[in-house]
Amino acid sequence: MIWLLLVVHAVVALGVAVGATRLGRDAFLVAAVAPLLAFVWLVARSGVALDGGITEQVSWVPSLGLTLDLRLDGMGLLMGLLVSGIGVVVLAYSRWYVGDAPGAGRMAGLLVAFAGAMLGLVVADNVFVLYGFWELTTVASFLLIGWEDQRAPARAAALQAFLVTGIGGLSLLAGLVLLGQAAGTWSLSGLLADPPTGGAVPAALVLVLVGAFTKSAQVPFHFWLPGAMAAPTPVSAYLHSATLVKAGVYLIALLAPAFAAGVGFWRPLVLGVGVATMVWGGWRALRQFDLKLLAAYGTVSQLGFLVVLFGAGVPALTFAGCAVLVAHALYKAALFLVVGVVDHQAHTRDLRRLDSLHRHLPVTFAVAAVSVASMVGIPLLFGFVAKEAAYQAIVDELGPARWNLLLVGVAAGSVLTVAYGARFLQGGFGRQPVAPGGHDLVPPPPRAPWTALLPPAVLAGCTVVLGLAPGLAAPLVDGAAEALLGGPAGAGGGGLALWHGANVALALSALTLVLGALVHLARQPIARFQAALPHGVSGAQAYQWCLRSVLRGADRLTGVVQHGSLPVYLAVTLVTAVALPIPALVAARGLDVSLTVAESPLQAVVVGIVVAAALAVAVARRRFTAVLLVGCVGYGVAVLFVIQGAPDLALTQLLVETLTLVAFVVVLRHLPDGFRPVRGRGSTLARVVVAGAVGTFVAAFAVVAASSRTVPPVSVEQVALAEPEGGGRNVVNVIVNDIRGLDTVGEVTVLVVAGLGVIALAAAVRPRRQAQEVTDGAP
Amino acid sequence: MERPEGSPILEVGVRAVFHTALLFSVFLLLVGHDAPGGGFVGGLVAGAAFVLRFAAGGVEEVRAVIPFPPTALLGAGLVVAVVAGVGAWSPLVFDTGVYLIVIGLVLALVLSLGGAPDGGPV
Repeated sequence: MIWLLLVVHAVVALGVAVGATRLGRDAFLVAAVAPLLAFVWLVARSGVALDGGITEQVSWVPSLGLTLDLRLDGMGLLMGLLVSGIGVVVLAYSRWYVGDAPGAGRMAGLLVAFAGAMLGLVVADNVFVLYGFWELTTVASFLLIGWEDQRAPARAAALQAFLVTGIGGLSLLAGLVLLGQAAGTWSLSGLLADPPTGGAVPAALVLVLVGAFTKSAQVPFHFWLPGAMAAPTPVSAYLHSATLVKAGVYLIALLAPAFAAGVGFWRPLVLGVGVATMVWGGWRALRQFDLKLLAAYGTVSQLGFLVVLFGAGVPALTFAGCAVLVAHALYKAALFLVVGVVDHQAHTRDLRRLDSLHRHLPVTFAVAAVSVASMVGIPLLFGFVAKEAAYQAIVDELGPARWNLLLVGVAAGSVLTVAYGARFLQGGFGRQPVAPGGHDLVPPPPRAPWTALLPPAVLAGCTVVLGLAPGLAAPLVDGAAEALLGGPAGAGGGGLALWHGANVALALSALTLVLGALVHLARQPIARFQAALPHGVSGAQAYQWCLRSVLRGADRLTGVVQHGSLPVYLAVTLVTAVALPIPALVAARGLDVSLTVAESPLQAVVVGIVVAAALAVAVARRRFTAVLLVGCVGYGVAVLFVIQGAPDLALTQLLVETLTLVAFVVVLRHLPDGFRPVRGRGSTLARVVVAGAVGTFVAAFAVVAASSRTVPPVSVEQVALAEPEGGGRNVVNVIVNDIRGLDTVGEVTVLVVAGLGVIALAAAVRPRRQAQEVTDGAP
Repeated sequence: MERPEGSPILEVGVRAVFHTALLFSVFLLLVGHDAPGGGFVGGLVAGAAFVLRFAAGGVEEVRAVIPFPPTALLGAGLVVAVVAGVGAWSPLVFDTGVYLIVIGLVLALVLSLGGAPDGGPV
């Protein structure tokens, strides 16, 4: 049944994209049917999924052994509910935000397609299926970021996201293949149940981690995510905060329980990257004036937090990670949708220009306040519950220095989270004092309609409900953690609860809040400090440099290889053709070569003429003379064919030689009369050497090949077959058209291509008028 | 631009020979299975006939006989040859495809490169 859901997504996506013009803004409502169906089905089957999981195998190409392995377990259920639920909300919001804009159908279709791909990713049980859906989400993200394809910044951002996550995807594939080979199975559940060890496994894990880090915007690959804010707000809310960027985290969550303890570098690498990302994202967020960019850097920071929680491979932390996953999806998506409302109503996202929106957009402010409060960890909200679980889990591990450091890092990141959350709320909705020489404040924006506010309000409502009654989320979070760990989570400190009692974790939360508030109050000096810091190389700059270098290198290589000089091309081709078979020739040294010089005096005379003509070509001064002499060589060979008794060959050779002569003469009219004098002795010597080498080689090769026959020639058999099977007495014709007919098909294709090439090249150098005449026919 | 004077002997001679040569090329195509001939040779003879016409009267003369672009012959010939070759139809049909392709190739050469050296019509 899962695969049916995926098919439904695909069909709806196509239908909406195609039927867009008639539907207008309702395309989004139609599109929402697919994720809604998925959500309902997942809820209905949640009992079975949490109990033991649902597995499906859809046989796709039996002859190749390709099957679609799908598995719905607790983690898949959690992610699937997030993807589908938030998908419905975002699509409903888009109906208001995008409205009847051209391309609305395309966006709706792409959003549904993405939802299907993401759903497929989280239920995939086969390494290749996972990779396939992974790249599908990359493509969907590319198309959605560049949705406003007339704008160059959108295109550049889309390309950047695509290149970074795409290259990461390739790294992921390489790593997965290595892991699968080491484990002897392509099944994910099989791989995780019995993790492989051995030489290739560490390298494979690094490759997989690179893929996960690029997808989840970890340092140093984080720069594509703020760039992706060029996308319309619904896209940012859905893909780049709640779902797509979680794919890397999901992968780390799957692998960590199996590999974290066993592989030496896993914890230092993953936790190090996670903490660095968490702190760096928060630090950069404090510098932003655009609300959307602020939220984006906040997402980067939160993804770092998730990587830390899942990457440790410790049951309590994994449990906390599942809780934070849900909490983050709920509040971050709501925040992005709020930014969209502000942008739509006030036509700006610059917090220096927004004034007192808490009065003008009260409901929006309420939703934003709830979401920010959840993000910073204020009690009675689900974000607080999740963060408490996280703190408690880390505190339980305290002792070794590494864990203390980790706690410090996570705490620092949380402090920054509080600070930028306050920045968001105050800057976006608070009172803005008018600074002399500062930015113009926007006039009070109109109230937003309920169609705009209901979707984010629903998300905020979930945050409140789950915060007050965390037991509602407990089975889901428990089930997810169990599925990941392969056993009960044994959640530290008694699972999710509103109140654990006054313990270290609570103290830490309080401390975080206080410090964060202080950082926010001190924002002016901190801003000055940040501005004064030397700017290192940013990830975006490194990316630009890489891109420019690749393009420059390609240009240079083309300049060398595509020289433009005909003698050089010819020389390279000939030398390669000569050099490659030389090993075969050398190996034939011990061959018994039997040669007959000539079979009749007539042959000797003809060959003598041909040789003389060939030598004369080399010393001819005029092009015309040289061409005629080449024709002589051709006619001489035709005469040889006649002497040998091959009428078809002789006829063809004579005609081809004549036509070639004509073609040469026709072209020669466009060229100067004499050959261009060759510059320098070195050039002449090179040409003599190459020509001599080719000629010698061909002669030697012909002699050796003729003497190397070890089995009877094929032609004997074909001649015998010609009349009875082919029905014809002209053996040459029967062989060419019948017995080896497919070879001839290939050859005539070459002829056609040559003809088209001549037409195209001639047209390229002509004035346009005449080029039209050639292709159109008579004037 | 005026046409350069052609030799009257050549013009008359070509007029006499042209149609015969075309007939001969079709003949070669048809008898190819049992006697020397076939699609390649037939196409070359027909191509030679067109080249003679070109020598006599330039590109205009050739266009007068073949008003459509040579790519049509190339394409039609390729379709016939591929379908007949892959589908293992009668060798004569296959040969006809080859015949058309060779004529198309020669015409492509002559018509593309046969214009006047300075880019004028003849």
